Amino acid sequence: MAQGFAQWGNDLYTGRRSYDIVGRRRLWYTISAILVAVSAVLLIKPGLNPGIEFRGGSEFVVSNVENLDQQLAIETVQQVAPGESPKVTTVGGQSLRIQTAELSNADVEEVQGALAEAYGVPEGQVTTSFIGPSWGADISRKAITGILVFLLFVTVVMTIYFRNWRMAVAALIALFHDLIITAGVYAGVGWEVTPATVIGFLTILGYSIYDTVVVFDKVRENTADTLDQSRFTYAEKANLAVNQTLVRSINTSVVALLPVASILFVGAFVLGAGTLRDIALALFVGMLIGTFSSIFLATPVEVTLREREPAIREHTRKVLAARGRRATGAADDEDAEALAAATIHSAGQLRPGAHQGVAAQPKRRR
Amino acid sequence: MAPPTRRHRPVRTLLWLGLLIVAIFGTIFAGTKTSDATWTPNLALDLEGGTQIILKPVSEDPGAITDETISQAIEVIRQRVDSSGVAEAEITSQGRNIVVALPGTPSEETLDLVRTSAQMEFRPVLAVGAPTPTTADDAAAPEPTPSASAEAQATDGEEAAADEGAAEAAATPTPTPSASTPASDTPSKAAPDNPSDVAYYVTPAVQERFDALDCTDPANLTGGAPGAPDVAYVTCDPDGTSKFILGPVEIPGKNIDSASSGLRTTSTGATTGEWVVNLEFNSQGTTQFTEVTTRLQGLSSPQNQFAVVLDGLVISWPSLSPGTIISDGKAEISGGFTRESAATLANQLNFGSLPLSFTVQSEEQISATLGSEQLQKGLIAGLIGLILVVIYSLFQYRALGLLTVASLIVAAVLTYGVITLLSWTQGYRLSLPGVAGLIVAIGITADSFIVYFERIRDELREGRTLQAAVERGWERARRTILASDAVNLIAALVLYALTVGGVRGFAFTLGLTTIIDVIVVFLFTHPMMTLIARTRFFGDGHPLSGLDPRRLGVDTARYAGRGRVVTPTTSGKAAKKDGDRVPVGVGTGGGATTSSGPTIAERRAAARAAAGDAATAPPGATEPTPDAAAQDEPRTGRTEGSEH
Repeated sequence: MAQGFAQWGNDLYTGRRSYDIVGRRRLWYTISAILVAVSAVLLIKPGLNPGIEFRGGSEFVVSNVENLDQQLAIETVQQVAPGESPKVTTVGGQSLRIQTAELSNADVEEVQGALAEAYGVPEGQVTTSFIGPSWGADISRKAITGILVFLLFVTVVMTIYFRNWRMAVAALIALFHDLIITAGVYAGVGWEVTPATVIGFLTILGYSIYDTVVVFDKVRENTADTLDQSRFTYAEKANLAVNQTLVRSINTSVVALLPVASILFVGAFVLGAGTLRDIALALFVGMLIGTFSSIFLATPVEVTLREREPAIREHTRKVLAARGRRATGAADDEDAEALAAATIHSAGQLRPGAHQGVAAQPKRRR
Repeated sequence: MAPPTRRHRPVRTLLWLGLLIVAIFGTIFAGTKTSDATWTPNLALDLEGGTQIILKPVSEDPGAITDETISQAIEVIRQRVDSSGVAEAEITSQGRNIVVALPGTPSEETLDLVRTSAQMEFRPVLAVGAPTPTTADDAAAPEPTPSASAEAQATDGEEAAADEGAAEAAATPTPTPSASTPASDTPSKAAPDNPSDVAYYVTPAVQERFDALDCTDPANLTGGAPGAPDVAYVTCDPDGTSKFILGPVEIPGKNIDSASSGLRTTSTGATTGEWVVNLEFNSQGTTQFTEVTTRLQGLSSPQNQFAVVLDGLVISWPSLSPGTIISDGKAEISGGFTRESAATLANQLNFGSLPLSFTVQSEEQISATLGSEQLQKGLIAGLIGLILVVIYSLFQYRALGLLTVASLIVAAVLTYGVITLLSWTQGYRLSLPGVAGLIVAIGITADSFIVYFERIRDELREGRTLQAAVERGWERARRTILASDAVNLIAALVLYALTVGGVRGFAFTLGLTTIIDVIVVFLFTHPMMTLIARTRFFGDGHPLSGLDPRRLGVDTARYAGRGRVVTPTTSGKAAKKDGDRVPVGVGTGGGATTSSGPTIAERRAAARAAAGDAATAPPGATEPTPDAAAQDEPRTGRTEGSEH
């Protein structure tokens, strides 16, 4: 199979086998639009479910207990409020602190009673209070400011690096696409959003742009001389670039997803609710979508934007017109056919040689 | 192929990497011998537990304790904790209390950062006395030995009188004598001449409180809420060596622009061994400070002294010798600081004071919220993932996969060393999201190698020898790797600079792994690749090397210079195996039948052959491909030369 894969990669590189990714962009746009729409619906209903780190909640402190078994506290709380996953901490060696999402007053009293009974202490030794969010509004506000500044910086840097703002815009569109779908899937699964989830989303933010930059770098390389030749259109050259990086994209996403998948598996099926599960789900979905978008969304969007440029539009028109003429004319012109068969195609990656320095020159024998 | 133009010294590069690793671990080793460094990174609150401090707000005015001031206080505390390193603290409100959970066993300085409100203000000294309670007779005996003097970056009285008016207005207090006080607190005058006006501010009631104050009693040395800003204030210094009557607040702490700590430097630039806190006022503070120093330097002792009050205690009371006017808005506070206490105070001043004063209600050890099970299972999961990555890369890249594995091991060693080093020097602590982030970084690090290897394969497909392909592929892969890592680095820097709490910790980890990725690719993967390209196993493209040109489709004739065309011996076999596959030139858009060989001679030969074929076969019979893309491919009559 590896043999087949290498051959396949080789065919993609030479262009013997080519997937018309850019040409069928309407299909990818439709798929992406549907995914985004479904995610948007999921984000509205049921919506993301913020954990106690964001909303605050109820806190119970059981003091002077003999038995510091944390599992007992979790089970006791879950008897009263099923579906709750309380955070249990030992405080000062003889107290237990149990934090849950905000409970109704009746539930709070019931949990208080149940905890007192479970740990064999009088009810007066179980105190309750309301705790505020540890991930407060100030953290969120600063994080959003940070992200906006980051996006601004990245747009500027990409515009300078690629000498074209359209690539930056396409990368940003792909990024929002990835984030919305990742958040939508998370909302659909219904797990609590914890700080670990947010860290996962932030990683996706970086990964999505990173992956897009790698693909765009190949597109830039292939299309640099588009206007200096009249054989291929911009879209065709960009399509070849995507095909040539396909093997890289697949290898990278497999290598990146394997550890994440194993964390997700262990987190979800062995450990249950917790940091690992939350971060791994966000990463798994985000990386998968990020790879999809850098191949099927970013480059087609970029081509769509570029084709609005007068120079590119004119060039595309010329190339297609010339090609049409040849198609009709070639049948009765055998010489042209012969020449076509012998022509060496180069869709961008062949570069003229350069001077190799004096050391490369032949030396006189002495 | 042309030999590489520049001389590369891969072994030397590898030695640099070895030196770097030795330096990191050597520093840690030295740290364990001389300081409190350990061989394992410190763990964060969720994995190790820590100390929980419950702060209860105290204020004379119960109305001051609102949700808003509590959340302001939380914000300031969080900034202070963040400034002391990258340990992630958890700060929540609990009713009207603030609960701060710090990882591990925090040092006294870190606890001070959280506990003290750091309300700093500047008041003129009206009277200084011995710390014990005094009778009315020997009251206000001036004690003319301030422990510190203003190291004035003092300038001559060059300050403009133009600002004087505004400053006067800002500094002039509005007297609010409270008539309700039983002891006569009524000033003898209607209005003070200036804030140093002893006759106005030192009322009999103030004098009575001053006389009664016992600064040898530790209860009076804890500080707390500062007094009302516009009346006289009686207090001690933190060591209990003197007591003071102070005038109204002349410069509030909010006019401090920035603060830093350092060793005192004399005017000649030499450093004395004394730790000081350097302040810089904002424009309003500068004007006020100029105005105050102008007035005080003309007064006699003790009124020429200037008290720096921190949380209600006088930490420094420098005297201004005549002629000392400070107009550049810079002040230096020396009050018997150590390195740590000076840094703590500078941190506190930088992020502003808390809007409330707090007392510590309880301070207790708390256990980890996640426990060792999560970390252990997480690491096992990471290990399984890593093994899968190794299997996959060996499968994909054969022997070259071993280079991926070796590079990942180098990256892991570097990461472990740097994290351990930083947890000693910067207080970095590894949380479970951090561990997950490091596992994810495997993917991003491995991507650099994949980009590099794929570029080398691309160059091989173009018919280069391995050594040339490595050089050429590296040049192009380097660009891509740097561009994409730059994006991650920007994300890390921006988020680290602008955010707090968990996001900041994430940014730190991201930046760290990105830099290590670049180091590993530049100092390990590339030099190693250059070295192994020289071996026969890789250089001749052994089928197991992952760089076998035949597997990469280079099975056509290749022009080798001087009129020779190299035809690989296996090409016949390959062609047979591939059945009816027709060789295609590299980089064709698809479809057209060509042979690759960029020489004029070959092209002419091909053209002759094609012309011969065309005469016998119907046109298009050699068209090999049914691909959709091929249908509309060009069959161009142009020659290569006209293309560029």
